[in-house]
Amino acid sequence: MKILKLFLIIFLIFSINALKADNEVIKNKITKNLRCLICQGQSVYDSDSEFANSLKIVVDNKINEGLSEKQIYSYFQSKYGEWILYDPLFNKNTYFLWLLPLLIFFIGGAIIFNKFVKKQK
Amino acid sequence: MKNKLLPLSITFIFIIIFIVFYKGLKDTNVYTPESKINNEVPSLVVDLFDTGKTVNTKDIFQSDKFYLLNIWSSWCVPCKEEHPILMELRNNDRLKVIGMNYKDNKDNAKNFLEKLGNPYEKIIFDSKGTIAIEWGAYGVPESFLIYNNVIIRKYIGPLNKVSVEEIKSYIK
Repeated sequence: MKILKLFLIIFLIFSINALKADNEVIKNKITKNLRCLICQGQSVYDSDSEFANSLKIVVDNKINEGLSEKQIYSYFQSKYGEWILYDPLFNKNTYFLWLLPLLIFFIGGAIIFNKFVKKQK
Repeated sequence: MKNKLLPLSITFIFIIIFIVFYKGLKDTNVYTPESKINNEVPSLVVDLFDTGKTVNTKDIFQSDKFYLLNIWSSWCVPCKEEHPILMELRNNDRLKVIGMNYKDNKDNAKNFLEKLGNPYEKIIFDSKGTIAIEWGAYGVPESFLIYNNVIIRKYIGPLNKVSVEEIKSYIK
C-alpha cells in the first residue's frame, strides 16, 4: 500500500511538471509572436522592458484562465491593434497579405509551364 | 504588340515600387498603437493605493460624469512635468481625476504626492503593470478621458497645454 502511495505521489509530481512545461512552451511561443511596443524590433520574449515583463505576466494569466493561443492573440489585438502580432491573423484586412505570395507563385508557375510546353512543341 | 507590352509593364511596376518606397521615406518608423477609443471602461477588480481595499473599476467611473484616468509613477520623469497640469485640472468641478500608480514603490509614490501635491480623487494601485495592459496602455504617462463609462479620448505621453484645452472643450 505504501509503495502504491509513493508511486501515486511521484506520478502526480511528474504530471504537474509536464503540465507546467507545456504552459511554458505555449507562453514562449506566444511571447515570441508579440511585438514589444517600447523597444520596437524586439519581440516581447526578447525584451526586458517594463511593458514586456507585464505582458509576459498577462500571457501567463490568460493561459492559466484556459484561453487558447488564438484567443490570447485576439485579446492583444483588441487592445493594441494588429501591429502587435508578428504573424497577422487571417481576416478580411489581411487576405491580400497572405494570398499575394501564393498568387505570385501560381502566376509564375503558369508562365514557366507555358514557356516549357511551348518549347516542347 | 507583345514586344511593346513587356517594357511597358516593367516600367509600370517600377513606377509603382518607386511611389511606395518614396512615400515610405516620409513615414515614421516608430509605431504608435491605434488609439482604441469609444471602448467601454474595462471591468476589473483592482486595489486602491491608500486604503488597500479592492473595488471594481465600474464602481469608480460613474455614468454622466467626466473622468480623467492618469497613469503615473514616481520614477517617471515626464510625470513630474505634467503634474502641475493635473493639479490645475483637479480644480475643475466637472472633471474627476483618477490616478493609476504604475509599477511603483509605495513609499516613493507617497513621497512624490507629498512633495508635488495629490491631484487624484482615487488611485488604483497597479504593482505588476497588468491593469494598464487591460486599458491598452503601454507606458507612463498616459491619460484617458472617460464619459458615461466610455473612453472618449486617449493621450499618450505627458499632458500639455493643447491637450488641456481639448479636455476643457470636451467637459464644457
